[in-house]
Amino acid sequence: MSPIRGAAAIVLAVLASARLSAQVDRSKPPTLPPPPALKLPAIQTATLPNGLTLAVVEMHKVPVVDVQVLVDAGAARDPGDLPGLATFTALMLQQGAGTRGALDVADEAAFLGAQLNTTAALDGAVASLHVPRRRLEAALDLLADVVLRPAFPDSEVARQRELRGAQLVQQRDEPVAMANVAFPAIVYGAGHPYGHPLNGTDAATAALTRDRVAGFYRAYYRPNASRILIVGDITLAQARALLAARFGAWEQGDVPGLAAGSAPTPAARAVYLIDKPGAAQSVIRIGHVGPARSTPDWYALEVLNTILGGAFTSRLNQNLRETHGYTYGAFSQFAARRLAGAFVALASVVTAKTDSSLVEFLKELRRIRDEPVPDAELAKAKAYVSLGLPGEFETTGGAGARFREVLSYGLPLDYYDRYIERIGAVTAADVQRVARQYIDPDHFDIVVVGDKAQIEAGIRALNEGPIVYRDLWGLEIK
Amino acid sequence: MPRMSSATAVLLGLLSAGPPICLSAQALRVPYTTFTLPNGLQVILHEDHSVPVVAVNTWYHVGSSDERPGRTGFAHLFEHIMFMGSEHVPTGEFDRLLEAVGADNNGSTTEDRTNYYEDGPANALPLMLYLDSDRLGFLLPEITTDKVDLQRGVVQNERRQSYENRPYGLAEENILDRLYPPAHPYHWPVIGSMKDLQAATLEDVRRFFQSYYTPNNSTIAIAGDISPGDARTLVQRYFGDIARGPAVIRMPPPPVHVTADIDAVLEDRVQLPRVYDAWHTVKAFADDDAALDVVANVLAGGRSSRLYRRLVYDLQIATDVVAFQDGTRIDGKFEIFATARPGHQLGELQRVIDEELRKLADGGPTAREVERAQNTFEAQFLSRMERVGGFGGKADQLNFYNYFVGTPDYFQKDLDRYGRVRAADVQRAVKTYLTGAHRVVLSVVPQGKPELGVKP
Repeated sequence: MSPIRGAAAIVLAVLASARLSAQVDRSKPPTLPPPPALKLPAIQTATLPNGLTLAVVEMHKVPVVDVQVLVDAGAARDPGDLPGLATFTALMLQQGAGTRGALDVADEAAFLGAQLNTTAALDGAVASLHVPRRRLEAALDLLADVVLRPAFPDSEVARQRELRGAQLVQQRDEPVAMANVAFPAIVYGAGHPYGHPLNGTDAATAALTRDRVAGFYRAYYRPNASRILIVGDITLAQARALLAARFGAWEQGDVPGLAAGSAPTPAARAVYLIDKPGAAQSVIRIGHVGPARSTPDWYALEVLNTILGGAFTSRLNQNLRETHGYTYGAFSQFAARRLAGAFVALASVVTAKTDSSLVEFLKELRRIRDEPVPDAELAKAKAYVSLGLPGEFETTGGAGARFREVLSYGLPLDYYDRYIERIGAVTAADVQRVARQYIDPDHFDIVVVGDKAQIEAGIRALNEGPIVYRDLWGLEIK
Repeated sequence: MPRMSSATAVLLGLLSAGPPICLSAQALRVPYTTFTLPNGLQVILHEDHSVPVVAVNTWYHVGSSDERPGRTGFAHLFEHIMFMGSEHVPTGEFDRLLEAVGADNNGSTTEDRTNYYEDGPANALPLMLYLDSDRLGFLLPEITTDKVDLQRGVVQNERRQSYENRPYGLAEENILDRLYPPAHPYHWPVIGSMKDLQAATLEDVRRFFQSYYTPNNSTIAIAGDISPGDARTLVQRYFGDIARGPAVIRMPPPPVHVTADIDAVLEDRVQLPRVYDAWHTVKAFADDDAALDVVANVLAGGRSSRLYRRLVYDLQIATDVVAFQDGTRIDGKFEIFATARPGHQLGELQRVIDEELRKLADGGPTAREVERAQNTFEAQFLSRMERVGGFGGKADQLNFYNYFVGTPDYFQKDLDRYGRVRAADVQRAVKTYLTGAHRVVLSVVPQGKPELGVKP
């Protein structure tokens, strides 16, 4: 309750009180019945003779099916001389496959009402399909062409190479995209599998050829290094029959393990400034290398991050948005990765408050380590994470994303059945321990994309580390 | 404008563009019951027990089109203020109480309406209704100038983040400014101007609240794992004693006459120029609204569309092309935009766009093109049946149909509109609203290079 009101507000308060119901007790929130039991759809698996694993999650409410072919062909596999090859190869799957030309693939998908996407992230490539059940068979024919029989015509490689080149030009307009490229380059360095831009550079794009794409495809697109996850209005038996007929002849191959590149020894805290003249806001990224998704500390980290910056009422958002109004939103994240993922705290803040925002960020990032989390805050975060879980499994896309995580990071199939219990076991001491272990303000890389002329002096005056100028790729300016 | 995140384009796509055709025997049905409290609050209930979640979705029938001169952006600013506490719910507690039971919430504002939702475990329904009723019945005592100032700052940062600091982000307001006359309520953007946001006062908050935030100007849809009887009892308990407000009276909007082509150039911090064509068309659910959605799909719906094929694939003079019919409650517009590749002029792009419009006007679409669009829309429609909550979930759609056509379960009928579209309808729509009409042509060019704009 705010103790100070203007005269006008007092008059209104009287009017409002006149509306107050005699029957309703508004003095405190209602006591709720116990939360519903967790009822997650089950995941079932089968393996084809060629080593391809199928995973099926039956959801029959709406006659749609979501299919994801998960291939161990992510951008972490990019060769050192050709960053962007994994995402380009995934893109090229659709540019002519089987007997279909590039536009025929797109036309057929649209005609079937199918969303067909082929993309790559750091840890894997995904060919996905979301389609009404009664068109699934034809859509799977198309998906099998795209995954098993991409043609990679020279003409299409040239076409997509040119398009990507133009898109990289456009990236220079987008400060958020710039920050997302620069941050990993600075945190991991160029030698690490996670340190290069997912969509490559100007030079690497110009060097993309059919041979390189086909070579990458042959090396990594193999059934024994892939899984197919199907969620929706289908049974395991139906799925197995449909997929065996289409993916059963996919040829195995030796896929090497992913080399765990070493990140550079963390340097002392520094501010990396990337100039964006005239920018109305500064895009801030603060962090460093964190743990891998497989760490047993993941549950404590989920709770920690929910307290710090994973939800609306988290400390960072409450401070920078709801107390100070410097931003439309401030958040943090531990990136789920096979190798060590990054911890990052982020916001876009009004240019004039860039230095003040950094002060508040650093204050919160230090406080979460220095002080134990109060009980009520801990309880709220744990409840938010665990009680909200059923809603995450409501749609085929939502359930697909959760089970993809299970499959991609080698988590046990019953992972989510035990998840709530594990979250419930996290204590305030656990949160402080992982905060101290995985958040290290002395070694933060602070990346700021903004108008240097307006923000540099204020940042320098904070005395939180040297200012280092970087270009839009996050690299040293020569 | 959602209260959080930056997914504004999603709203447009989810509710106004999109739907499908009836090919399957299985009709789309969202069974509901409805009742209205004596204070005028309408409630729509829909049971879906597939997942133990509940969605509460409230529409206030007020949007940026209700703003007065000098206060653009106010409806959206007010939406933010609705989260700043009410008489029995101290500032910050709205969000904290919901998160503590595993629930999410958000709000959004368009030209026509403001909506608020809470999604969470089914047992949280009483809390959701307690919180929503408190801010409807008891908001003003808690709203101070400080709180208005704070959310003004947040919203101004939203404008910076989503418009000013985003390439081409100011194009839309420049189009609206030219497409609609100053007295038309769609003349200005939902986000409003910095100047008007700065001018908003506590007195504006009070007046707006008393005019529009009333039970009789609101509808609540509750969907999910609910018992309709219990839900009704809860709504009556929490909302029953909130007083009815004055009726909302709106003047009919002035007519829109684009009587000559309007060319404009906007200099922006962009590397590549982009051309926008905008035409005045028809409002949502008007006769040709669905046909215009099909026109947009034939022109630029994916890589097999006509404009993508010409501009991006064959000629390789553009990086992208987008087209959409944006039918809203009192009016509509159609837009095409395309971005030039390095070394290419907007004039080249515009010539190809005009050629393709002419071809479509002269020859109409193929049967396959129409069927492809219908199939695409149908699939999108099915997927929107998967979720009860959030923006575009079933609760939100029930409110949408209820406000726009007066029937909450209008899903199948909406779908049928697309199934009825024939090639001749598409051809006629192109001729009537596009090739046969005047338009706004906006060239967004790099700063200092106005010569890169389309030459009139």
